[in-house]
Amino acid sequence: MTAPSPLLLVENLVKNFRGLRAVDGVSFQVNAGDIVALIGPNGAGKTTVFNMIAGSLQPDAGRIELAGRSLAGLRPDQVCRAGVGRTFQLVKPFGNISVEENVVIGALRWTGDVAEARRLAREVLDLLGLADKRRLPARSLTLPDRKCLEVARALATRPKLLLLDEVMAGLRPAETDRMVAIFQRLNRDSGLTIVLIEHVMRAVMALSHRVVVINSGKPVCEGGPAEVVRDPRVLECYLGEEAARC
Amino acid sequence: MRRRIALLALLSAFVLAPLAAGPYLLSVLVVVMYMAYLGQAWNIMMGFAGQLSLGHSLYGGLGAYVTAALFVNWGVPAVLGLPAGIAVAVAAGAVVGALGFRFGVKGVYFALLTIAFAEFTRVLFEHIPSLGGTGGLFLPVGSRDGVDLLRLRGHPLMFYYLILAMAVGAFLLCRRLLACRIGYQWLAVREDQEAAQALGINVFRAKLAAVMLSAGLTAAGGVFFAFYYNTLFPTQAFGMGRSIDIILAPIVGGLGTLFGPILGALILTPLGELITWGTEALGFKAAGLKQLCYGLSLLAIVKFLPDGVWPWLRRRIGFDPADDEEEGT
Amino acid sequence: MSIDLANQIVTGILTGLVYSLMALGLSVIFGVVRVVNFAHGEMTALAMYAAWALATWLDLDPLLGMPLIALVMFGCGYLLQRGLIDSFIAKPEHMQFILLVSLAIIMVNGSLLAFGPDAHGVQVSYGFDTYEMGPLLVDKVRLLAAAASLAFSLALMVFFRRSKTGKAIRACADNLVGARVIGLDVRRLYAVTFGIGTACVGAAGALLSMLIDVMPPTGPELTLLAFIIVIVGGLGSMTGALLGGVLIGVSEVLAGYFLMPSMKSMFSFAILIVVLVARPQGLLGGRK
Repeated sequence: MTAPSPLLLVENLVKNFRGLRAVDGVSFQVNAGDIVALIGPNGAGKTTVFNMIAGSLQPDAGRIELAGRSLAGLRPDQVCRAGVGRTFQLVKPFGNISVEENVVIGALRWTGDVAEARRLAREVLDLLGLADKRRLPARSLTLPDRKCLEVARALATRPKLLLLDEVMAGLRPAETDRMVAIFQRLNRDSGLTIVLIEHVMRAVMALSHRVVVINSGKPVCEGGPAEVVRDPRVLECYLGEEAARC
Repeated sequence: MRRRIALLALLSAFVLAPLAAGPYLLSVLVVVMYMAYLGQAWNIMMGFAGQLSLGHSLYGGLGAYVTAALFVNWGVPAVLGLPAGIAVAVAAGAVVGALGFRFGVKGVYFALLTIAFAEFTRVLFEHIPSLGGTGGLFLPVGSRDGVDLLRLRGHPLMFYYLILAMAVGAFLLCRRLLACRIGYQWLAVREDQEAAQALGINVFRAKLAAVMLSAGLTAAGGVFFAFYYNTLFPTQAFGMGRSIDIILAPIVGGLGTLFGPILGALILTPLGELITWGTEALGFKAAGLKQLCYGLSLLAIVKFLPDGVWPWLRRRIGFDPADDEEEGT
Repeated sequence: MSIDLANQIVTGILTGLVYSLMALGLSVIFGVVRVVNFAHGEMTALAMYAAWALATWLDLDPLLGMPLIALVMFGCGYLLQRGLIDSFIAKPEHMQFILLVSLAIIMVNGSLLAFGPDAHGVQVSYGFDTYEMGPLLVDKVRLLAAAASLAFSLALMVFFRRSKTGKAIRACADNLVGARVIGLDVRRLYAVTFGIGTACVGAAGALLSMLIDVMPPTGPELTLLAFIIVIVGGLGSMTGALLGGVLIGVSEVLAGYFLMPSMKSMFSFAILIVVLVARPQGLLGGRK
């Protein structure tokens, strides 16, 4: 009997930008139902890893599989249709249309019926606390609301795997806690698998089952959140070698 | 509800207008509807999908020439020539779109690409002697009295109701499109291509659909033009001037809105006529004066109502854009 | 290769150099202000009318009228940018297009009102003189016009490389935010740039008035020609505009020689399509 393949398999991923090795041999696995955080200092290559999973960038070497199926060579829209939803670190709302229509577009990934898409959009907006703003043009939202909209749109595509790129950055602690609770509920109730890039440790500690640390494009360590924050290698990559030795 | 009533009132005004209109006014109304129709067609590509085409005369000209040539040379009735004309224009749209989108020709560059194709075709058609070359292609003018929709020969009134039906049809089609999946996909592509792609939209296919649909509709407008005026010249059918005419109504009226093209046509065409009338009444008959005033008016409109007249008017008369959505649910 | 063809090519190169100067104006405006001047050819046509008027009424040789027309056009461009175009810089491309197209309509029909539909061309006393260069026959007018155009273009390049204002304008083009941060008056520099662009047009128009006739439709034709040149050379690149002008000048005479003179613009548009699809940054546009 072979073990069931993980939902997401990332193996020895490499990406070069004009001679600079942005990602160098990153590997990790995410099982269905997991919440995994990808952390590391600025410039560690986290977003580049995301972009490769989502199909925005093609890796120079390595393997990415979703439930045993290779994602190599797929365009971002094909990756989305394969079941991966993503948010952008720099939010990209469809500014001139309403908040609700933004989310409807996400829902139209799996249905051609606009009325049905609208029903789901309203549900998702309710969940994320944007229901009262659904008729506003998206450009009029504040940054925290835009981050919520980004999540709502991705959720509306009904992903198996959700990639969250710094959605908590810029939120107030209370808002962060609310967001964390939403993801926990989604994870518990519908088994949504989440990989998140996050700097807000409050969210990482509360949310993730497992943490993968990378630095300068290379994997540093991996483990439970409590054990990772105590790892001297992690302190070192955030604070520099000397600070860790003190 | 208020909206429905207003719409019906407007429509019945157009249906009944010929009763009150003499031949001159009727000819102006034909142009209004023709511009509204073409504007609607162009709006699909630019207003909905956000792809700036400044060479739309290409599609109108191709449709017109193919259908007219079939009629003139082999007597093929318009009803059979029209699909052929549309097919050629749609194919041309597919070529322009596929080249532009596949090779990442964006923004200004894409606009210039569309101009280049239109101009190339203009000079090409100037060198096809069997289609009249620069001398033009003339359709035999039969009786102006009967009603022969199959051959598109007949009374100006027939042409008026035909173009009115086309304009209403295009309006309803666009309204329907905006309420279904492809419409939403276009809006997403217009707003942010990367985000659209991340939501599973095949951006290339959505843009191509917009160009091809827009090209096909424009071609039908071109066919109408050819059979109404009975003459076709490459400079006029494929020229920059025609492309500019096509895009003015939706831009002046309000880009991306359903009423924009109609309102724009209702403003611009009578404005042109009014200027002609005014300058002549004042005793000026100099060539160019009318167009000069037209240019000045256009300048004033883009300067003071940059979003178009309809979004401004809509706010004044209290039509909330969100009512649209409610009707959809 | 026949002598006739060689003569034609020389003609193409010389005419192309004058086209280059016109296209240079378009390229400079786009490269810095990021506005595509859809009224470029119409402005050139106005300059040609001005040169014709000076030559006819004041008996002023267009070569001498050139600096005057360039100066006046600089002023017009400066004011146009400050008064009208500046408020459209942040607006979407189609709005800029409509703005400039309205200006173009005004210019074309204004010149129709003022000068009528007939063709106007300047006949200078040395109009039919030619130089023999080995086996080649070179028109004196064309040679002088090309030389003047080249001198103007080179002077402009030196201005952008060496002068303080020129460097400041290049800074705006390279990094607008940075230029603002170090306190450059971007609005004024944009107006100066637009003025320089229209000055190029003024100079080129004065020279062109000796080579081709001007009538109202000349404007739109020249606009398209300027686009072709600038895209082929690389939008925003000055040397690109020079090269593109010569290239298109030569391709026009070749198309006229081997095919039909009236088909020359079809040939140019085909080149434009190929360049847009295969190398949108143009032959010499390296960056981006």
